[in-house]
Amino acid sequence: MRTDIPLSCPVPLRHTTVQLAHGGGGRLMRQLIEEVFLEPLPSPALAERHDSAVVPLGAERLALTTDSYVVTPRFFPGGDIGRLAVYGTVNDLAMSGAHPLYLSAGFILEEGLAMEELRRVVASMREAARECGVRLITGDTKVVDRGKADGLFINTTGAGRVPEERSVHPRRVRPGDVVLVSGDVGRHGIAVLSVREGIAFETPVQSDCAPLAPLVAALFEAAVDVHCLRDATRGGLASALNEIALDGGVSLAVDESAVPVDEAVAGACELLGLDPLYVACEGRMVAFVPAPQADAALEAMRRHPLGAGAARIGRVTEGPAGKVSLRTRLGGQRLLDLLSGEQLPRIC
Amino acid sequence: MKYVEEYRGAEAAHRYARALRSLVTRPWTLMEVCGGQTHAIVRFGVDQLLPPELTLLHGPGCPVCVTPVELLDKALAIASRPGVVFCSFGDMLRVPGSGGDLLSVKAAGADVRIVYSPMDALALAERLPAREVVFFAVGFETTAPASAMAVHEARRRGLRNFSLLTAHVLVPPAMEAVLATPGRRVDGFLAAGHVCTIMGMEAYQPLVRTYRVPIVATGFEPLDLLQGIHMCVAQLEAGRAEVENQYARAVRTAGNAPAQAMLHEVFEVVPRTWRGIGPIPASGLGLRAGYADWDAERRFGVSAVGGREDAECQSGQVLRGLLKPPECPAFGTRCTPETPLGATMVSSEGACAAYYRYRRFIGPCAPTSP
Amino acid sequence: MCLGIPGEVLSTVEGPLRMGRVAFGKVIKEVCLAYVPEAHPGDFVVVHAGFAISRVDPEGARRVFAYLEELGETAEGHGEEP
Repeated sequence: MRTDIPLSCPVPLRHTTVQLAHGGGGRLMRQLIEEVFLEPLPSPALAERHDSAVVPLGAERLALTTDSYVVTPRFFPGGDIGRLAVYGTVNDLAMSGAHPLYLSAGFILEEGLAMEELRRVVASMREAARECGVRLITGDTKVVDRGKADGLFINTTGAGRVPEERSVHPRRVRPGDVVLVSGDVGRHGIAVLSVREGIAFETPVQSDCAPLAPLVAALFEAAVDVHCLRDATRGGLASALNEIALDGGVSLAVDESAVPVDEAVAGACELLGLDPLYVACEGRMVAFVPAPQADAALEAMRRHPLGAGAARIGRVTEGPAGKVSLRTRLGGQRLLDLLSGEQLPRIC
Repeated sequence: MKYVEEYRGAEAAHRYARALRSLVTRPWTLMEVCGGQTHAIVRFGVDQLLPPELTLLHGPGCPVCVTPVELLDKALAIASRPGVVFCSFGDMLRVPGSGGDLLSVKAAGADVRIVYSPMDALALAERLPAREVVFFAVGFETTAPASAMAVHEARRRGLRNFSLLTAHVLVPPAMEAVLATPGRRVDGFLAAGHVCTIMGMEAYQPLVRTYRVPIVATGFEPLDLLQGIHMCVAQLEAGRAEVENQYARAVRTAGNAPAQAMLHEVFEVVPRTWRGIGPIPASGLGLRAGYADWDAERRFGVSAVGGREDAECQSGQVLRGLLKPPECPAFGTRCTPETPLGATMVSSEGACAAYYRYRRFIGPCAPTSP
Repeated sequence: MCLGIPGEVLSTVEGPLRMGRVAFGKVIKEVCLAYVPEAHPGDFVVVHAGFAISRVDPEGARRVFAYLEELGETAEGHGEEP
């Protein structure tokens, strides 16, 4: 089964080679996944397009997910590639409502990588796994010629158990649902840009990378019937909202002034001409909950340190699938579209 | 942020909107010259606050959009050379030349890097003495002093591995091209505030006299734009045509003298072809003879390189205010941000991209009454 | 063209190329101040592509609001000369 993008025009996959934008979390990436992966590799679980696949295993349900980490620089304010490799995958499990249990780790190392750096990354992974309560139980290492990889790439696969009766999925999103975000957005992207050559600037902004499973647990402990969760990563909050609107077949109405953005993130975005709604996060999620439970859900998130800055940002509406409209601070309307690829700093 | 937040207040914006409603007695069409203004108008929904009599057209002030295919092809050719580090503002990376864009030559192995400032490219040249560092100098009078200083410093520091691929363009000749177009729809201009910061206001006097249009130097925040629109419409309603300055906190009548002096030292005025519009005399800046050694076109011998615009793209009509993006038959069908026919669909400042990203669902582009 | 953002000059370094540290809210960037010799710590400057292109005039900055006040006084609203 193929999920169509009803809005985008019938654009052919014109590129004959892979472009960076195919990994940017935007429209081109969606197209690549649909046309190159989903068509030749049909599977009902894959077609669900959730953060994790949830499949039956005996009487229980298993959540399985995999993700690769290629961030440069490998160490950035507030985190590093090792921490991301654990949190990111654990978060994808949490977004399907699963309790994260096990991780595998595959390392692709470039010849010449400093051993000390590798040790630091592994120590970081151990620390992060302990924090998330997952066990790293299998792994793989490959070394490639110098120039064939940028120092170090990590792939992690995560497995978790989905509690009985629990269903967290885009198709459960209903008009009337309230959209919550777990905190201010854009920290990770700005922290990484702040140390990138050619752009670097001084800022107190640290990456928000963090495990979201405890926050998800807090929602369920508060007896909230969570309809859907999605972590805002590449492409930021706007892309996460677009994905859910497309896959859930609904429209969303978001209030721009309700979206929390830290002052330093906002300043950096002004300087670089970026829209904070499209800047990457690594420790933020959006939650879709029934309106009568919105206050309880918000309170449950705010009680947890990772959700202290949680806010109600919008609601699900009737309308064309995939339409995310933003009420501007001046009371106007604009479309919050899926970008083509990654947002680039602009000067002009 | 000081001098930003206070110009985005909803209450003051609505007061300006009310003032405009009581001012306007008949239809007027204004053009905001700068793409940065277009971006702010659509991002904040400023046009949705305007009375139905007012129409905003988007002007040619997007350097990314008007850089000709020929220069993009030179950029692609230079970036593809072994040993070259090609530095550009992020805006230019997705703009299609006749054989791909900078991102696609990067995918094919070229060393293409995004910089925030031409000085970052200069610093790279200092750090990588064995490489040829080229900066793609696009932009209007606002950006040209930055490029000028980079090349001036390269000469002062004796950096021979740095060069400029110069695509700088000048705003007043482009405004004149819009005004001289038969069938023009533009009654008044919001001039680009940051261009005026550098060049001052004098260059607009001849345009005002010859074509009898109000020109108001205008800033980039919602309240700036609303005040600029109000000042422009007040002139039109009163039958006046004058040069006025809305952006008083940054624009002085004479402009920025040290920046003008540096421009004069490094650049000379040259004819330039504008993408979608064609050649405009005395509308660009090129390096003076004293800086020829830092001219990338010369250094890499790419003077003869250069292709032509896609015939289907009507961006020239959009840039001259003759066509609104959704009126183009290719808009949103054969031309999208993923497969752009022209630069106006690529740049975040480009009028077509702004409409596609922010307005596709909301329907026709006609301003809606609040 | 013209992404120009106001920031506060924190410090300046004189020399063949006048540089300085400029704060944009909580973000600090090294900026070339060669084109604003009149700007000193405490002043705000408009920065474009790593260059300060203008010193912000606090008096001029109030015009947007003063103009609005005047419109309020004369209900029909005629544009004043700035």
